Amino acid sequence: MKVIGKPRRRVDGRAKVTGLTRFADDVVLPRMLHMKMLRSPHPHALIESIDVSRAAAYAGVHLVLTGKDFPASFGILPITQDEYPLAPEHVRYIGDPVAAVVARDEQTACEALELIEVRYQPLDTISSPEEALAKPEPRLHAYSERGNIHRLQAFQFGDADAAIAQSDYVFEDLFFYEGNTHLPIEQHACVAALDADGKLTLWSSTQVPHYVHRALARVLQMPASQIRVIATPNGGGFGGKCDVCNHEMVAGKAAMMLGRPVKICLTREEVFYMHRGRHPVLMKFRTGVSKDGKLTGMHLQTLVDGGAYGSYGVASTFYTGALQTVTYELPRYQFEAARVFTNKPPCGPKRGHGTPQPRFGQEIQLDKIAERLGKDPAELRLGMLVKPNSLTANWLKIGSIGLEQCIRTVVERSDWKQRFRKMGPGRGLGLACGSYLCGAGLPIYWNKMPQSGVQMLLDRSGQITVFCGATEIGQGSDDVLAAIVAEVLGVDPQEVRCITGDTGITPVDLGSYSSRVTVMMGNAAIHAAEKLKAMLAEAAAEELEVVPDRLQFANGHVSFDARSLTFAEAVVLAEVKFGTLGAVGSYSPPRAPGRYKGAGVGPSPAYSYSACVVEAEVDAATGWIRIPKIWIAHDIGRTINPVLARGQVEGSVYMGLSEALMEEQVFRRLPAKLSRALVHKFPSLLEYKSITSLDMPEVDTVLIEDPDPNCPFGAKEVGQGPLLPVMPAVANAIYDAVGVRIDELPITPDKVMRALELKAAGKPARVGPEHFPAVPYPAPIVVPPPWEGGDGKEAKRDDAAAVV
Amino acid sequence: MTRAEISLSVNGEPVEVTFAPYKTLLELLREDLALTGTKHGCELGECGACAVLIDGEPQLSCLLLALECAGRSVETVEGMAESWQSGAGLHPLQAAFADLGAAQCGYCTPGILLTAKALLAHEPEPSRERIQEAISGNLCRCTGYQQIVEAIEEGARRMADESHR
Repeated sequence: MKVIGKPRRRVDGRAKVTGLTRFADDVVLPRMLHMKMLRSPHPHALIESIDVSRAAAYAGVHLVLTGKDFPASFGILPITQDEYPLAPEHVRYIGDPVAAVVARDEQTACEALELIEVRYQPLDTISSPEEALAKPEPRLHAYSERGNIHRLQAFQFGDADAAIAQSDYVFEDLFFYEGNTHLPIEQHACVAALDADGKLTLWSSTQVPHYVHRALARVLQMPASQIRVIATPNGGGFGGKCDVCNHEMVAGKAAMMLGRPVKICLTREEVFYMHRGRHPVLMKFRTGVSKDGKLTGMHLQTLVDGGAYGSYGVASTFYTGALQTVTYELPRYQFEAARVFTNKPPCGPKRGHGTPQPRFGQEIQLDKIAERLGKDPAELRLGMLVKPNSLTANWLKIGSIGLEQCIRTVVERSDWKQRFRKMGPGRGLGLACGSYLCGAGLPIYWNKMPQSGVQMLLDRSGQITVFCGATEIGQGSDDVLAAIVAEVLGVDPQEVRCITGDTGITPVDLGSYSSRVTVMMGNAAIHAAEKLKAMLAEAAAEELEVVPDRLQFANGHVSFDARSLTFAEAVVLAEVKFGTLGAVGSYSPPRAPGRYKGAGVGPSPAYSYSACVVEAEVDAATGWIRIPKIWIAHDIGRTINPVLARGQVEGSVYMGLSEALMEEQVFRRLPAKLSRALVHKFPSLLEYKSITSLDMPEVDTVLIEDPDPNCPFGAKEVGQGPLLPVMPAVANAIYDAVGVRIDELPITPDKVMRALELKAAGKPARVGPEHFPAVPYPAPIVVPPPWEGGDGKEAKRDDAAAVV
Repeated sequence: MTRAEISLSVNGEPVEVTFAPYKTLLELLREDLALTGTKHGCELGECGACAVLIDGEPQLSCLLLALECAGRSVETVEGMAESWQSGAGLHPLQAAFADLGAAQCGYCTPGILLTAKALLAHEPEPSRERIQEAISGNLCRCTGYQQIVEAIEEGARRMADESHR
């Protein structure tokens, strides 16, 4: 291969280092107005009245909008269309928008916001999952499954409880993963404008222009064909720009009403309220293990704090259980989950979407199991790996799996065998693994159309233009697109012009989420490029008097031995022969074997795997944790551009380490004299702690190549999977260093100190959740696993009608 | 509203500009001078995305009133390429950032490039620790910093090569 696998400057590299990448807030249009939104200062209240008359009359104000201007709701999932652009009567978290002002400049808009008078009737606040379970009223959403329980899910793949009861060992552990947020350095921004022909264009820092397009059509009640959404390159996303946002809807409406461009850029504080970040999840793992170190069954229960709206929450909740089966052989599995509503900014998808939380629990529990069985944690895992080309208990189809090599690589490079459990007081190593999707098997809204489309144009100058709806969020999707096309056509990637993320001119790609872009866009790009290559080959073959199959496409030439044409010459010949040259490509994932209700979450064309070793130093006097080095190996299938792939791995390690040690999106109640309102503890970049260049350890990255046949040139995902093993590996390293278990994140020095004090007092040296509340999980959907005679469907039951 | 007027040097060019007096240098650059290469992530001095060079030293443009910059010399990312002796090409730091994956989303990149340029002006061969210290006020959520540090080391090498020519 000429391009794939070679380290290169990314195709958009020059733009990024010269400041020429045009982010959403860099879009400036003639006669542009500026918008600001008024947000609820109450975590839970009814709006009694809104008086906007003073704001509307303020000099420089062009428009004031409130909830009554927006009759239609929206939401990312078809089943949770529960948000309004501006709340009409019920606000559910501090930051819920209630009004918007459009003015000549930002300053004037801010001044006018102060003139809007809103009378609220405060309601009791639901602050935690425990409260949500105990208090059905006041109810946040009428559509919830019951009270403030948004959604309940339960599945049984074989009788796990019976298998666990008959096991040699039973492990029961509680874990808690605190919520945290994406913190992209670019604040969300958008510009909406009417085109000269009366159609609406929205430039937005979104990861999902296609879904924004659909939501705008619904909310503005106009044909989708009259709306164009352009995803500007995102200044970081990590899932934070995966949801449809209030401000996008309101700016679109304002531009339609005023006939002038309208811009809004959120403040950093507003980005914290926009959130859609990591769900806080409480977990209970009950796992059976045989004497020889095999899992016999697992019963996992999760309780998910969803915040105030649905967002992706139903999917996130499924993901707290769906991927527990794709790493280690698990013959029987029961999974129960509940998502509750609380009066906090809505949670949603963050890098790893719902899976880092149970991965944290599972990998720590495996560490405990290894210790109890007297086994090396690496050997224990190697003895239970899922086999390639197999089915899991919950009917997921596994393809390639390079995890064994990942584990062996980090074990060798970290000198694990010589150092684990032997480093002396205060120093330790921890190991953990992870697995992730390469795109979700099913789209968010059910349909049978392709999930990614690519269109290509060849011009007689030799110019290659590729159109795709995929969104560049920094991960390098434009570079992947150019590299794949360049590989097929034998040109330099810098010769390929990528036009992406524009619903007006590019074929649909569902967006940059669930690590889907390389696989789905990549396969569609190969599909399109191969069609053009065949046309070029046929035309060139006539000219060179050879069989088309013998032609080589490389280095900008089409050639056979000494006979050669430049790429542009071949294009001219093909244009003469076939007319204007274009081609389209499509990709739809293979159909997954699961046939039960809920089987839509978990399937993927392929799964990536990672293994990680973390070295930790813990000061027993202060609890201070230092991480000198991290080793990680990631099964990427095949590397497209090693420079970018390594960046994705190291960026994942960074974000995982930051979550492990400090990041938390948490809330506190104001004192009684100040209303007792539930407020964000620190909506600022200074107080919300994240790792800086000074805290970041050296990372030893190895890419393991085990090409997967479902993937373009075998390439799997790399953007999310490598985050997953980091948090549990940190916890396991801290245990190796000082012998205390911190079963909750983040692992802060005060928790380490508390555990050390317990240890010194002769008590169990553990800090973590002590109690799992009673959750009214429904009777499970029973699906026999493949090895118990199942066919992927729900088993018929007498009480089937009672199953939710 | 009365407007302020100042003269200053921006990327080596003399500039006279009138603006609303409450504006920060960040706002002046982006809104009044159309230099949108300078980014913002908080406008509270927390993220480092808006760093520019004032008389050669890195400063957060969101914390400076534009009025304070009268008569001073401001350098933004737009000025980096031209300011290098090799002419219209990229500054060696920019080229190293592009080649070595130091810019993923590219949003924190302008601030880090200018911070690094100022560091190398004082210390042409900084240690890895000095580089980590110099950019510790610039938050990056994409890279994990390792490729940024390596690109600054590589940029320093390339600058040394250029100046030996």
